[in-house]
Amino acid sequence: METYYHPGDLGKFAEMGEGNKELWEKFIGYYNAVFTEGALTEREKALIALAVSHAVQCPYCIDAYTQACLEKGSNVEEMTEAVHVACAIRGGASLVHGVQMRNVAKKLSM
Amino acid sequence: MTSEGEQRRILSETTACPPFDQPMRRAGLDPLYATGISIFQMNLGKLCNQACRHCHVDAAPDRREVMTREVAEQCIDALARTDIPIVDITGGAPELNPNFRWIVAQARELGRHVIDRCNLSVLLLPSQNDLAAFLAERQVEIIASLPYYRPSQTDAQRGEGVFEKSIAALRLLNRIGYGIPGSGLILNLVHNPVGAFLPPKQEAIEAQFRKELDRWYGVVFNRLYTITNMPISRFLEFLLETGNFEGYMQRLANAFNPAAAAGVMCRYTISVGWDGTLYDCDFNQMLDLPVTGGAPRHISNFDPAALHHRRIVTGNHCYGCTAGGGSSCGGTLT
Repeated sequence: METYYHPGDLGKFAEMGEGNKELWEKFIGYYNAVFTEGALTEREKALIALAVSHAVQCPYCIDAYTQACLEKGSNVEEMTEAVHVACAIRGGASLVHGVQMRNVAKKLSM
Repeated sequence: MTSEGEQRRILSETTACPPFDQPMRRAGLDPLYATGISIFQMNLGKLCNQACRHCHVDAAPDRREVMTREVAEQCIDALARTDIPIVDITGGAPELNPNFRWIVAQARELGRHVIDRCNLSVLLLPSQNDLAAFLAERQVEIIASLPYYRPSQTDAQRGEGVFEKSIAALRLLNRIGYGIPGSGLILNLVHNPVGAFLPPKQEAIEAQFRKELDRWYGVVFNRLYTITNMPISRFLEFLLETGNFEGYMQRLANAFNPAAAAGVMCRYTISVGWDGTLYDCDFNQMLDLPVTGGAPRHISNFDPAALHHRRIVTGNHCYGCTAGGGSSCGGTLT
């Protein structure tokens, strides 16, 4: 069945360099530097990436960072909590806009 | 599990990875030769009080393949004719072999460093209630399997209730000095991934284990070794049953590390099977791939000179030792 997303496409990510090598190399250099251990451990960064993957709802990222989290020694309980953090921020972001709704309603209402 | 021949066929015919000799050739390591023998590894048999889901030995309580006294004596005779410094005893649960304590005592009398690869729960069996004291008295290094510092992951791999027993055994070992700085009694742990993925960096997961085991259970240890799960026997069965085989082989091959390949354990190990057959490693043993190159293949005719620079038998299962930081019985290789 035709679909926009193919699991095998994740392995073809580097093909993006064929359109513009210079920009790809800058991106991948930056990307690799971001995930190198610094003030945060590689494990902590992978958990953040997993949460963000859910917030942006990228199936490639969810696939890649689920495996990455396991390979950095995280467990499913920790990974589930990370997803809840993403969920809470997304939900909270919607809800806090309710204040805007209330402001507008208040202005318009008698 | 399916026969050794069928496992070799599945591994050699997969298209998920290039044949192992290809990256080895690019790394200048094909053919691969031994560099000597500094570890004499003895597999005392397939008998075990556990039946772990990742076990490459297919060990279990109902297995009857165990090293006899005759073969054990041939091992000690062979050792005595060499200066191989380390005797690494594995199984199954090697302690359940009736000749285990005799082998340990003999190897220690020869002045060799002895390692016991222990599943921990064996220390709690009523028949083994003096085992910990025996190991301590003879200054045996213990390398104990504990895949994770939480119960659910450990039990998923090793069986219901194994985590609790493992913690009880670790506390027992700590009480008699194992893992305590200055005691001279070495207690190292082994982490295997609980699934079809690579292990973390050894230093990172060791720090996590140290913090969590101390925080929740008051358990201490010396070092933690990460070991990659090998696509052999029960773990191969798991990979095939869950549709993970191709992906796992691809993952291992993509992570091929020439530096790890150069340091693989088979280059400085000789592995003796329960029946005395000689292998390059415990994994080749489980695939029934004995040493080649003209050297005698049985411990009764042990010829270290002929084995020192032998050609190692390799195959696609070897990707398990060369992926990422590399993997050996002593943990990461790089």
